Amino acid sequence: MGRYVVRRLVQMVPVFIGSTLLIFLMVNVMGDPVAGLCGDRQCDPATAARLRQEFGLDQPVWRQYLTYMGNVFTGDFGTAFNGQEVTELMSTAFPVTLRLTVVAVCFEILIGVTLGVLTGLRRGRPVDTGVLLLTLVVISVPTFVTGLLLQLWLGVEWGWIRPSVSPAAPFGELLLPGLVLASVSLAYVTRLTRTSIAENRRSDYVRTAVAKGLPRRRVVTRHLLRNSLIPVVTFVGADIGFLMGGAIVTERIFNIHGVGYQLYQGIVRQNTQTVVGFVTVLVLVFLLCNLVVDLLYAVLDPRIRYA
Amino acid sequence: MRAANYARWAAGAMAVALATTACGGGADAGEGGAVLSSSWTDPQNPLEPANTNEVQGGKVLSMIFRGLKQYDPKTGEAKNMVAERIETSDSRHYTVTLKDGWTFSDGEKVTAKSFVDAWNYGASLENNQKNAYFFSYIEGYDQVHPEQGKQRAKTMSGLKVVDERTFTVTLSQKFSGFPDTLGYNAFVPLPRAFYEDHAGWLARPVGNGPYTVQDYTRGSEMRLVRWDAYAGPDAARNDGVTLKVYTDNNTAYTDLMAGNLDLVDDVPAQQLKNVRADLDGRYLNTPAGIIQTLSFPHYDKRWTGPGADKVRKGLSRAIDREQITRTIFQGTRTPATDWTSPVLGAEGGYKAGLCGQWCEYDAAAARKLIEEGGGLPGGQVRITYNADTGSHKLWVDAVCNSINNALGDDKACVGNPIGTFADFRSKSTTQKLAGPFRAGWQMDYPLPQNFLQPLYYTNASSNDGKWSSKEFDRLVDRANAETDPAAAVKLFQQAEEVVRDEMAAIPLWYQNGSAGWSARLSDVTLNPFSVPVYEQIKVG
Repeated sequence: MGRYVVRRLVQMVPVFIGSTLLIFLMVNVMGDPVAGLCGDRQCDPATAARLRQEFGLDQPVWRQYLTYMGNVFTGDFGTAFNGQEVTELMSTAFPVTLRLTVVAVCFEILIGVTLGVLTGLRRGRPVDTGVLLLTLVVISVPTFVTGLLLQLWLGVEWGWIRPSVSPAAPFGELLLPGLVLASVSLAYVTRLTRTSIAENRRSDYVRTAVAKGLPRRRVVTRHLLRNSLIPVVTFVGADIGFLMGGAIVTERIFNIHGVGYQLYQGIVRQNTQTVVGFVTVLVLVFLLCNLVVDLLYAVLDPRIRYA
Repeated sequence: MRAANYARWAAGAMAVALATTACGGGADAGEGGAVLSSSWTDPQNPLEPANTNEVQGGKVLSMIFRGLKQYDPKTGEAKNMVAERIETSDSRHYTVTLKDGWTFSDGEKVTAKSFVDAWNYGASLENNQKNAYFFSYIEGYDQVHPEQGKQRAKTMSGLKVVDERTFTVTLSQKFSGFPDTLGYNAFVPLPRAFYEDHAGWLARPVGNGPYTVQDYTRGSEMRLVRWDAYAGPDAARNDGVTLKVYTDNNTAYTDLMAGNLDLVDDVPAQQLKNVRADLDGRYLNTPAGIIQTLSFPHYDKRWTGPGADKVRKGLSRAIDREQITRTIFQGTRTPATDWTSPVLGAEGGYKAGLCGQWCEYDAAAARKLIEEGGGLPGGQVRITYNADTGSHKLWVDAVCNSINNALGDDKACVGNPIGTFADFRSKSTTQKLAGPFRAGWQMDYPLPQNFLQPLYYTNASSNDGKWSSKEFDRLVDRANAETDPAAAVKLFQQAEEVVRDEMAAIPLWYQNGSAGWSARLSDVTLNPFSVPVYEQIKVG
């Protein structure tokens, strides 16, 4: 187990370097960011040259990348165009998005798995058909539609909630955005769980457990659900990374100043430092989530062993 | 029925969840007495006066600073503010005398040195100030900000402190409009604290205006409060303003509807249809000093040859400005008939109808002109724009439609989107565009000079199409040297006629500023820069 973890961690190094290099090249292809800094007027050449020098844009790309990576290892992610340190932006943005992701994942697991078990045990019944239809609707309606509609109804028409989230973004205000963000994944979790449960219901060990005379509740939670959760855990694990990076739409609708917002601004302003910095951290989150998922397999199914 | 229990529990959890969020709602806008909240966008650059070139940062500067002059919120006229008088006999040597009694909010006196030091700081190449060229008229600018190489002097030789309340400015050429430019944010005075604790100042800027910054959380909120010891005549009539950063102006509008925000100064295009009904008259839509044009790549041979001006004029006549401003912009833009803006006023240099027939829609005339000019270069025009902000796609498509209809050719005009503003700018400023491209101009100060010189003077800072005319340059130089304002305006209009006769750029429309506000507010107005006049707003 320990050796497995170490091996996985070592494998992350090339992935990490490769992905940051790719992002770096992609952002650089977009052209000269200094051109956009002076608005609808050309920066005077002397100032533009100085700005390029300050941000290291006058160097060849490979040297920019090396300098950047060197700085990253000392914890220096560079400076955004508005004069703020990227680490400072991260320290305000990541906690907010993390809270939003936690809310979303909680909804995903709680509602998704519950509905999945309910429908998986009652295949073909009205409950099952109803939930299937509902998830189909949720999957096919884009997030921004659900988000804007809920915001309009709950926030403006009925006045139940504030339509926008305050800068502090406490958990309470993130419940609705979290639900919106989770909605599509939630539908997938429901369907995954349902299929998995329905399949395993007919397996030998469930029949044995029922034959032993175990209470139904114990059969479902300890035997059936535990074995059925493996595909679900894989999905949720990968989804955490997606949710953090893909919160752009939700964050925009609800005015949440998180990772999505900073990434959007970074891309629009062609700020290499911001984009690469945030994506670097997201890549790390992805890699770690994947590792945790792999380790969770063993917890769920003791037959899985790591060498 | 265990499962039913689960379902009930889940439903209960949802109800609790929604109830908790509801606690966060309510009357946040009402807290703190007569303080109003207003939508804001994160400034693009650090908040230094000479480094701020967009509206959002400028908004803050105009609340916490007062310069030598201040533009009248209604007429746009430059009136003395900190300056007692600005005198000259030859439009080149100016003597500035300050009023007594002005201080910064940290107690420091506003002196001649506060101005001279600030201007030298702004001009200095070492400080990377994006608005440095505003000081380029002052003698010695080329020493502190050479086009190439290291800076050769620390200060500009054209600035001299005479005594505490007097300083002199020497320009490198005659410029009669110079005093009128001094209301621009780049020319405000700066306190010692700016130089001594720069990072501290940026975190909490200190100025001499009607408001002071109480606290500033970058990227999310700035709280400004009325400064009671303010020396100027335009003290704030409310207790303060909270600027809230919004990621999307639609969300700001939604917040206004829900009662969580008092003022939105950019009503989203999608809401224009409902805004009158939604806000019951608490909506304003007035002309701002912004004009939108189509610029041409005059560096491209196909657009400069003989007869090319006829093609440009033909295109101009093929655009149905009336219809586009009415349908696409819901009347928030006004068809342009000259190259300046109505906010200048007739005396200030705006001349309605200067463009004449060339800006009137006439499909037959358009077809004829383009034919006479040798047809469209390459058989097709591609209008380049940036697709990331400003909903430019909408109107570019409409303009192309209009051209296609007029010419009876489905492929005569197509839009050519570029992903980001920065990329668009880097292509247009390095002359890499092959066809017409969108150009917008927001005035820095209400002078016709500001609408013409930066855009059409040979090699000027925003002359991206590289249009050049000796006649135009000569007329602008003469206008700048003219001491009589009325005569200067006449000369600028003659220069504008040169732009018209060659159709250097097609004027499209003047942009309006818009604002919507809650029932708590009254006396909301927009100044000619389409920024709310915050200090005049009454709360309650």
